Amino acid sequence: MITAALYFGYGAISLSLLLCLYRVVVGPDLPDRIMALDTLYINGIGLLVLVGISLNDSVYFEAALLIAMMGFVGTVAWCKHIIRGTIID
Amino acid sequence: MTLALVALLPLFGAALPVWLGRAGRDRAAWYAASVAVGALVLLVRQAGPVWEGSVVRASWAWVPAIGWNASFMLDGLGLMFASLILGIGALIVLYARNYLPTTDNLGRFYTYLLLFMGAMVGVVLADNLLMLVVFWELTSISSFLLIGYTTSAPEGREGARMALAVTGAGGLALLAGAIVLGNIAGTYELSEILASRELVLASPLATTAMVLILLGAFTKSAQFPFHFWLPHAMAAPTPVSAYLHSATMVKAGVFLLARMSPVFAGTEAWLWWVGGAGLATITLAAYWALFKHDLKGLLAYSTISHLGLITLLFGIGSPLAAVAGVFHILNHCAFKAALFMTAGIVDHEAGTRDIRLLGGLRRTMPVTATLAVIAAAAMAGVPPLNGFLSKEILFEEALHVQAAGVPGFVIPAIVVFAALLSVTYSIRFARDTFFGAEPESFPGHPHEPPRGLRLPVEILVVVCIAVGLMPGLISEPMVLTAAAAVSPEPLPSYHIALWHGLNEPLLMSVIALLGGAALYSMRGALVKAHRAALPRIAAKALYERGLAAVFAMSAGFTRALQNGSLQRYVAFLLGTAVVLGASPFLREGLPGLGPNRTPFDTPSFVAWTLLVVTALGTAIFHRRRLIALALLSTVGLVVTLGFVHFSAPDLALTQISVEVVTIVLILMALHLLPERTPAESSGSRRGRDIVLAALAGVGVTGITWAVLTRPLQTIADYYLANSVPGGGGHNVVNVILVDFRGFDTYGEITVLGIAGLGIYALVDGLGVGHLFPDRSELQDEDQHPLILGVIARLILPFALLVSVFLFLRGHNAPGGGFIAALVTSVALIVQYVAFGVGWTHRRLPRDFHPMIGAGLLIAGFTGLGSLWFGAPFLTSSFGHFHLPVVGDFELATASLFDLGVYFAVIGAVMLTLSNLAKLGMREALLAKARQHAAQETSEIDAQQALEDASFDYGEEV
Repeated sequence: MITAALYFGYGAISLSLLLCLYRVVVGPDLPDRIMALDTLYINGIGLLVLVGISLNDSVYFEAALLIAMMGFVGTVAWCKHIIRGTIID
Repeated sequence: MTLALVALLPLFGAALPVWLGRAGRDRAAWYAASVAVGALVLLVRQAGPVWEGSVVRASWAWVPAIGWNASFMLDGLGLMFASLILGIGALIVLYARNYLPTTDNLGRFYTYLLLFMGAMVGVVLADNLLMLVVFWELTSISSFLLIGYTTSAPEGREGARMALAVTGAGGLALLAGAIVLGNIAGTYELSEILASRELVLASPLATTAMVLILLGAFTKSAQFPFHFWLPHAMAAPTPVSAYLHSATMVKAGVFLLARMSPVFAGTEAWLWWVGGAGLATITLAAYWALFKHDLKGLLAYSTISHLGLITLLFGIGSPLAAVAGVFHILNHCAFKAALFMTAGIVDHEAGTRDIRLLGGLRRTMPVTATLAVIAAAAMAGVPPLNGFLSKEILFEEALHVQAAGVPGFVIPAIVVFAALLSVTYSIRFARDTFFGAEPESFPGHPHEPPRGLRLPVEILVVVCIAVGLMPGLISEPMVLTAAAAVSPEPLPSYHIALWHGLNEPLLMSVIALLGGAALYSMRGALVKAHRAALPRIAAKALYERGLAAVFAMSAGFTRALQNGSLQRYVAFLLGTAVVLGASPFLREGLPGLGPNRTPFDTPSFVAWTLLVVTALGTAIFHRRRLIALALLSTVGLVVTLGFVHFSAPDLALTQISVEVVTIVLILMALHLLPERTPAESSGSRRGRDIVLAALAGVGVTGITWAVLTRPLQTIADYYLANSVPGGGGHNVVNVILVDFRGFDTYGEITVLGIAGLGIYALVDGLGVGHLFPDRSELQDEDQHPLILGVIARLILPFALLVSVFLFLRGHNAPGGGFIAALVTSVALIVQYVAFGVGWTHRRLPRDFHPMIGAGLLIAGFTGLGSLWFGAPFLTSSFGHFHLPVVGDFELATASLFDLGVYFAVIGAVMLTLSNLAKLGMREALLAKARQHAAQETSEIDAQQALEDASFDYGEEV
């Protein structure tokens, strides 16, 4: 059962990654790309958690944790850039 | 040790006069004189064994791997030269004190002089060929400073530059020669090289080494055709000329000839090169000296001529020639230094050195005139003065030279002719200055000079007379000891004497003296003939043309390589890498893929697709910077996932943290740059770049693929096996960083700190002038959104917790100081983004410089701590401890080192970031001020408005 769920998860995340890729490349605007980038980070986290479950290894969860934090900060920086032009003011 | 001190005392003592000069010139002079005399005393106390024919040595290993030892030796030759250098140096100190204008406190002068003195003593006492070259270069540099001492005089600067260029070029040749000779002999120790004459001469490279070394000697001693720099160096103050150009620097060249004589003298090549250069120099320089109107110019050419004579003697290479050469060095020092000082006195008192304006000075300065006449007579070789004695031996030896293909009378004839010219210019120096009719007026008021100015001349003239009258008593022991060190064969029993009976040399002397006097009486006709018949050999013009050509060539070369185009540099770099990287495969064929293949799985395939597409996209969209950055972020994410996939969690954690910091920094920089890069390259150039980039990319991909698919024995196994027993940590990556390769890491954090400081220095006060995008009307009024603020406050403690966790466990599981520092930095960055600089700076240190320093100090002291326990720098130690509540735990000094890394990284990242923020805010304020000024259409200028806005970002809320 868990194996099937994992395979389904891998498939869904792979599809999602490709769709995000489309948005990042095509846009059309910067906010679209930022949203796609943020979603890519979330998909990356999902992928790592799935791998962690399949391999029963906690190191993957830590990497996922850090990606979550860093992804958030990255997105914040992008958004601040859009609304204020500068990040730190 | 004492032997090394003889050279080191003046060198290190040179630091003091600059300070002493401020307290008065007399104090500086007394100090400089006591250094010279002190070194002389040290030397003499060492000299005991030398008189009995042995050599005193002192040696320390310096760079033993290349045979470079700090070794000194004292033999007869070195003793004689060192005594001359220090003795005449002390006289020059006295002379300069009275000669140089009282407005000059002399501190700088004595510093240069002592530096030069130490370097010269180093040259003559060095026992290691490389040491000799180092001291040799030091003499070039310090003489440059001395010749250009009067910095306000353009001739002085030009003369100094020319001297440095010529002697410096010679120094390079000498270095090459020293290395060749050292390789032949298998050692750089002079005392060993001098003992292995057969070995050196048997080598096919012997002539190469000899010619290179001779180039060094000839340029230094101003031998034809490198003679031209010496007359121009006469722009130096007279004490400098008297010291450098009579007794010391130019003598370094003949010293080198003497030093190398035991190895090369007597060979055909040596005779032709050295003897030839000597003969040409003697005659030409003596001839030119006849027509110089400047007293010092005349002395300069006569010096060149006498150096030619000494060169010729060493070229002849027989034992007696060595005696004559050494003897003449001694004599020439005495009379030429005296003559230079006399010329200085005349200049000082009469106000000019131009012979045409001088005359009859014996009436106003009779004592100086007497001294000058005696010294000039010694230069002319008049018996019973010292110059006569050495010239007699020269004549004797010239009669016996055997050179293949040269008739026997030629060399003696040339020598006699040169001696004849020497008599003529000596008479000219003495008679035209001190005798004859007195001109109607002098530029100055000639009178006898002060005591201190004349005393050194008196001492030297007394030496000239005493040596001439009692050579056996005064100079013979030293000359014979020195000559024994020069001559390749043992010296026959010989006595220097005034009277050798009626023989050919005496006849030659008589011819030279009478002929010289006759030539002087016909000088009017001679000058006419000279003007009419002989073209001027413009060595200086040739030198200048050569110099201009060298400059033009190097400028052209620089322009061709470094034209300011970054594309070109990268193209050169990549092109070289592609050619060098591909060449072995073109020869050996492609290796193909190895047996190890990873099985296919969909998520990996999708991830690699993402990587390839976004990497290509970054290149395609590179002119639209924000889009390119978004695509680059995706690349970074996939690389992070890739590291996880390949079981490199440390790298993944580092990569993702670096990724975010990079994005933040680039976004901040983009604020100051246009959104689009303009296209500047032509189509063909872009085509070239695409081809190059594709080749390089395909090459690297291919090599990586080939390596990854085959089993490989790497150094990794060693680290895996030794990480726990050697470093006490299970996280091999961290143990490598802080332990095995700790020294590299130490270097890297230093570089990181320097980079942070460099950015600080570059950004400080930088004006960009534009902001991009200029969102003055687009801007959201809400500077610091509330939701962001709340989340940022929540994030900080959690992020710091993660950071501490990553740091503490770093030694045994993925983490460590570097990653922890990045996580902390990111948490701090979030506070800046959410609340602005003002709010954050009231709660955080505003200045991150000390943090970089603290990090480096912690790391450095941790490394030094191991020295305390007698282990090498950065040796780590670890142990297991037990505490009642906590239980068993491990402590490693490497963690302390890691703490240093942690602080240094935070300091560098935050320093860079806060300075970019400062730059952006400054620009924003300027923009606002500009806008303000435009709206008000007032006269207020933008800069003024900025000042009114009382720019202090720290206080701004």
